[in-house]
Amino acid sequence: MSTLIDGLSLGSIYALIALGYTMVYGIAKMLNFAHGDIIMVGTYAVLTTMALCGFPVVAIVAAVIVCTILGVVVEKVAYKPLRGASPLAVLITAIGVSYLLQSIAQLIYGAKPQPVNLINFGHVTFGSTTLNISTLVTLCVAAVIMAGLTIFIKKTKTGRAMIAVSEDRGAAELMGIPVNNVITLTFGIGSALAAAASVFYLLQIPATSPTVGSLPGIKAFTAAVIGGIGSIPGAMIGGILLGVIEKVCMSIPALNPYTTAIEFSLLIVILLVKPTGLLGKKRREKV
Amino acid sequence: MASRKNFKFKYYVSYLIVAVALILFTVLQLTGGLKRSTANLLAEVGYSVILAVSLNLVVGFLGELSLGHAGFMCIGAYLGTLFMKVLSGFIPSHLLCLIISMILGGLCAAFFGFIVGLPALRLKGDYLAIVTLAFGEIVRNLFKNLPWFGGAMGYTSKGYGSTLFIVAFVAVLVMLFVVQNLVRSKHGRAITAIRDNEIAARATGVNVTYYKLAVFVIAAFFAGVAGVIYANYTTPILYSFFSYNYSIEILVMVVLGSMGSITGSIVAASFLTCVNFYLKTNLTGDMAALKYLVYALILMVVVIFGNAPALRGFREKYNIKALFGKFFRKKPNPATERNDEGSWDRIPTKIKMDELLSVDVKSTESVQDPDKGEK
Amino acid sequence: MAEYVLETKNLGISFGGLKAAQDVNLKIKKNQIYGLIGPNGAGKTTVFNMLTGVYKPTTGEIYLCGERIDGHGQEEINHKGIARTFQNIRLFNNMSVIRNVLVGLANQPEYKCSLATSMFRLPRHFKVEKAMRDRAKKLLDIFGLLEERNNLACNLPYGKQRKLEIARALATNPKLLLLDEPAAGMNPQETAELMDTIRFVRDHFDMTILLIEHDMSLVAGICEEITVLNFGQTLAHGSVEDVLHDPEVIRAYLGDD
Repeated sequence: MSTLIDGLSLGSIYALIALGYTMVYGIAKMLNFAHGDIIMVGTYAVLTTMALCGFPVVAIVAAVIVCTILGVVVEKVAYKPLRGASPLAVLITAIGVSYLLQSIAQLIYGAKPQPVNLINFGHVTFGSTTLNISTLVTLCVAAVIMAGLTIFIKKTKTGRAMIAVSEDRGAAELMGIPVNNVITLTFGIGSALAAAASVFYLLQIPATSPTVGSLPGIKAFTAAVIGGIGSIPGAMIGGILLGVIEKVCMSIPALNPYTTAIEFSLLIVILLVKPTGLLGKKRREKV
Repeated sequence: MASRKNFKFKYYVSYLIVAVALILFTVLQLTGGLKRSTANLLAEVGYSVILAVSLNLVVGFLGELSLGHAGFMCIGAYLGTLFMKVLSGFIPSHLLCLIISMILGGLCAAFFGFIVGLPALRLKGDYLAIVTLAFGEIVRNLFKNLPWFGGAMGYTSKGYGSTLFIVAFVAVLVMLFVVQNLVRSKHGRAITAIRDNEIAARATGVNVTYYKLAVFVIAAFFAGVAGVIYANYTTPILYSFFSYNYSIEILVMVVLGSMGSITGSIVAASFLTCVNFYLKTNLTGDMAALKYLVYALILMVVVIFGNAPALRGFREKYNIKALFGKFFRKKPNPATERNDEGSWDRIPTKIKMDELLSVDVKSTESVQDPDKGEK
Repeated sequence: MAEYVLETKNLGISFGGLKAAQDVNLKIKKNQIYGLIGPNGAGKTTVFNMLTGVYKPTTGEIYLCGERIDGHGQEEINHKGIARTFQNIRLFNNMSVIRNVLVGLANQPEYKCSLATSMFRLPRHFKVEKAMRDRAKKLLDIFGLLEERNNLACNLPYGKQRKLEIARALATNPKLLLLDEPAAGMNPQETAELMDTIRFVRDHFDMTILLIEHDMSLVAGICEEITVLNFGQTLAHGSVEDVLHDPEVIRAYLGDD
């Protein structure tokens, strides 16, 4: 039972990150390889503000602001000049950004993992199971954020503009949608979600290092693809599925070392059965 | 016949670079003029070139993005070392032992290339890229945990010593021979046809299944060979080396060298390996991060300058060919311009939107082709 | 020898609930130029896609020279003898003109040459390459593209791209050539030239041709027999004269008023 709750909470972190991947992919048609490193920056923002003032709320707000600004700046500086260039060129630039952020973090903070004590919620016991309150908080807040995002995209004018751009950028531009602004906004939202993910990550594992974002980043990317990249509900489902499977595998001693292999095998199997992921749209190429 | 001579030279330029380097450094080695660190660097250059050229076959010629090349290398490295250990019981010659295990390690990797090639028949673009990435991570995870390969402590091999680079360079030459011949044959044309337009390729009778699998198998084979060389260079081999980050480093070599250009891959792989080696040996502790900083900046500057639509005019004015043209005052000669073979380097670095990463084929086409009918 | 080069029996396909084509019966004799016309969305290209194996028909059968070919893959159908061009030209854009044709030639039995033969440059490789190249040059010469054989296909002017696509299709040595809107985007003069080319292909290559076209002058000019599709169904069928004066056909094109 507690494994399941842990899995759901880890899954919701993956889902938040996966949302960033999937939104950016849907709208800018690019894989933002640097997305995992935005999480890393978020954790360092928390670390620094906690050292400066010590209020968790300030630290969380600071992380969100820093990440959002960073996401927008990266988009403007590194990706925008390449709009209309080949997707591979953009992918390589994203990889460059990822290396850049990691190396800057290492130059400033060093390569050694550093402890970050954000908030310690303690435990709660239901009958025979003990749960971390932080796990429950993660689960609830992540659910609220995802619900909010869904409403934002479905109901607001800006949200609909985002859907329009992801469907057909050319047509959206002709209809008067400011495509560049929408793309920038998407990066901003994606990065803010990454900041939220970084806070939840710190609640679970209170330490950070320059490469802290790589593994969750790549796992969340996997989750986004499992759910069908470009699909928002898909990213949520994929993230939660992956988180639960990870925690379940880790709780079984025989499978524990092979957790990564199992997760990635799951991805391959799902893609072989359904080549566009669980909820991905199939686009038939017109002949 | 002047034009014929001209293109032939261009064809053999890549062999020439490697052969000259091989002879030069072998002579230095034999006369004792080669430092140990240089010999190490050369071995690194050797396997990096093999990795880059073989990945170019997949990315540049077939047009599929692969992020799992290090996985094939990993298979070659671990299993090649295993073969070395077994074989050294029967075969006294260390060199022969190495060569046989290079071939066997390559074949094992090729087998997995076949396995990874199978999803490539069904998946495209990003989806295939993530599958190859997942494959690489699975391989790494397995070798870390399987009981026979030393686990997280690494798998210890005997190592080959400072003449390894000679073997590596000979391997490069063999690989160049095979790969160049492949891409300059009817099979190479079929492979590029798949990259350019898969639907048309099918309609023209190109056996897409066969060629996709063949490319994955051949590329994996050479990655496996590179892995065996690597295992004899570094000991113990560590699972952590073969992460997707390393696959990406290989991809970077291919892209910087311009996709579809074999000579480009050789030059870029050598250059980046040298930069890497220099930074690695001169930066210690947290300053090692500077390596990636420099690396990242090179990458971003080169790619943005090379691809940004806004800078197209600038590029056309100052590209290498134009500068060379000015330098040599070469008159454009229609006979050489039109040599019969249709040169590879004229293929733009950009793989088009619909070919590589995007599933959205329809919209790009209607933009490209304003002349088509109302339908 | 079968009576017809191509014969379809009750050919039909549905996507989900939508019947994109149903009960299409084509009978094309050797050396015929056969037209397939109809308003936009009538299912013409869908029929082409079924004939070439892009889509698997849900009902019906396709026979090529008496041999049943439906259900086979695209490559196999090409090997069996159907070649096509595309409505929106699909060349191998980053390859030279001659290479485009060479790709088409590669599957001829006389140019067989295994992967290993090419990789290790065995004598057979050189012989085959030389023979293919000579053949490709001849083919390009016929279409007036010889001079431009080393240009990239994407740099050709529009009309020549169309011609190259036909040349590439012919290089696969088909029994039946399918042309999907060959005159799209051409001016009247270019269309006239295209009509000459199509007739020339028929005579010179002993070819049977099935084409989709909207340009009625072209259809009336070269087709010997036509079938009109509307909403996926056969509306009319027969000689050009009869069909183009059929009130049903006129209504389908011009509306119901």
